[in-house]
Amino acid sequence: MTMSRPYRIALIVVCALVLLYLILPILIIAPMSFSAARFLTFPPPSLSLRWYQEYVGNPAWMQATRVTLTVAVLTVVIATPLGVAAAYAISQSKWRIMRLIHMTLLLPLVVPIIITAVGIFFIFAKVGLVATMTGLVLANVMLGLPYVIISVAAGLQSFDATQEMVARSLGMNRLRSFFVVTLPQIKASVIAGGIFAFISAMDETIVALFISGGQYQPLTKRMFTALRDEIDPTIAAISTLMTAVSFMLVLIATSRSKKGA
Amino acid sequence: MLALALPALLVILLLVVLPVGWLAWQSVYHDGFTLANYRRIWSEDIYWRSFALTFEIAVLVTLLALLLGYPIAYAASVAPKRWAIVILALVVLPFWTSVLVRAYAWLALLQRTGVINQVLRQIGVIDEPLALVHNTFGTVVATLHILLPFMVLPLYATMQQIPRDLMQAGASLGAGPTLTFWRIFLPLSLPGVLAGSTLVFVLTLGFYITPELLGGGRTIMISMLVSRNVELYDQWGAASAVGVVLLVAVGLIFFAVSRFIPLDRVLGQK
Repeated sequence: MTMSRPYRIALIVVCALVLLYLILPILIIAPMSFSAARFLTFPPPSLSLRWYQEYVGNPAWMQATRVTLTVAVLTVVIATPLGVAAAYAISQSKWRIMRLIHMTLLLPLVVPIIITAVGIFFIFAKVGLVATMTGLVLANVMLGLPYVIISVAAGLQSFDATQEMVARSLGMNRLRSFFVVTLPQIKASVIAGGIFAFISAMDETIVALFISGGQYQPLTKRMFTALRDEIDPTIAAISTLMTAVSFMLVLIATSRSKKGA
Repeated sequence: MLALALPALLVILLLVVLPVGWLAWQSVYHDGFTLANYRRIWSEDIYWRSFALTFEIAVLVTLLALLLGYPIAYAASVAPKRWAIVILALVVLPFWTSVLVRAYAWLALLQRTGVINQVLRQIGVIDEPLALVHNTFGTVVATLHILLPFMVLPLYATMQQIPRDLMQAGASLGAGPTLTFWRIFLPLSLPGVLAGSTLVFVLTLGFYITPELLGGGRTIMISMLVSRNVELYDQWGAASAVGVVLLVAVGLIFFAVSRFIPLDRVLGQK
């Protein structure tokens, strides 16, 4: 569409400002985390790794980090195969009930997370899963499933299903033809789905606030509790690290899916 | 085929449907059937005020997101491919950054000794620090920041599908760029507007972290009623009833929207 010059300049200026609003708050944490000052100041008076040392040297933060990483990895390991299987079933089946199942599987995105969190807390309290690793992983698998399903379903949509039929007509069984023919072609969308499930588990806060406790508290729960009391610059260091991990993973997920699917 | 979807379905049934069902049951059953929890929501002032405030904030955040998100999505849809990728990357990266980290960033920016107050004081615009956070203002700024991508992505997806020939046809019939935008582009982008607005509105209704951390105890949104009833007062029935009311509101909104556009189009954006 052709736009007259003043409109164009106005659009560019507005966009630049809005994009700045989106990205600047995330970037501003990094310089603060390298500050030597006790209080958050910008620009930092002098640079140091003080808050990173504080983080690494603190057993409670380290334990929380271990919990977060364990939960995130286990979530990916469990949610990815479950999600791939479900997405495959949805794409293959022409049953009407599959549409209903598809919508049900996306429920975690629809139900306000605070409601899910409190509901899970009630159930876990009944069966003794509060403050356990198992409970934390189960909840995160549930929250991560929709990301895997959406990503893989999109991958399967652009995949030509007749290829698998050809493989089957040549004598491969269904399972083998899936792993040999289909999976390699939707690989990028599977990896992307897994990465999003990982980020979702790493960032998850609200459910953890209710159901985690004792030695099984993830980073986000400890950060949230610390933030309620005072603004500890150690959190700037942890936030910077978490953001760096997210950025890298998103870049991997999106660049791969462009090449693959 | 059903068997393949079963494990995932089981997870969702056990960890979403069952807990929410239990919540609903608990809201009306406590040593016998009772509507006391709902009566309290109806009669007590604090509940009314919280519901009203939450809906006000949701309307405000949705309108602001539309105002800021539309130009971004529009620019991404008309810009050369390379620039479109840059714009979308700048939208998607915050989208996948922890909500908690972003709330913390806004706390650091907006507090009394925060970056914005420091800068404004250094350049002499203000003498006393402005109260930018621990109120509704701070909550809205941070909530908008977190939900803006949910507006931009559906808008962009819709705008990208608008055939460019239509605008050329309009131009060849003598309409200027302004007229083609208002009469052709804007109406065709409305499904995206509806999808994005629905997502932002519904997500704001259930928002918890930003009002809790940036609201300063004064901006009590619905989700905070739920959590306080559980954590502080041990009132599971009351918490459940508030949760059910919130869920019904969300359900009704999705149902109303699904009459106009298919729901998977609203949800498929993530």
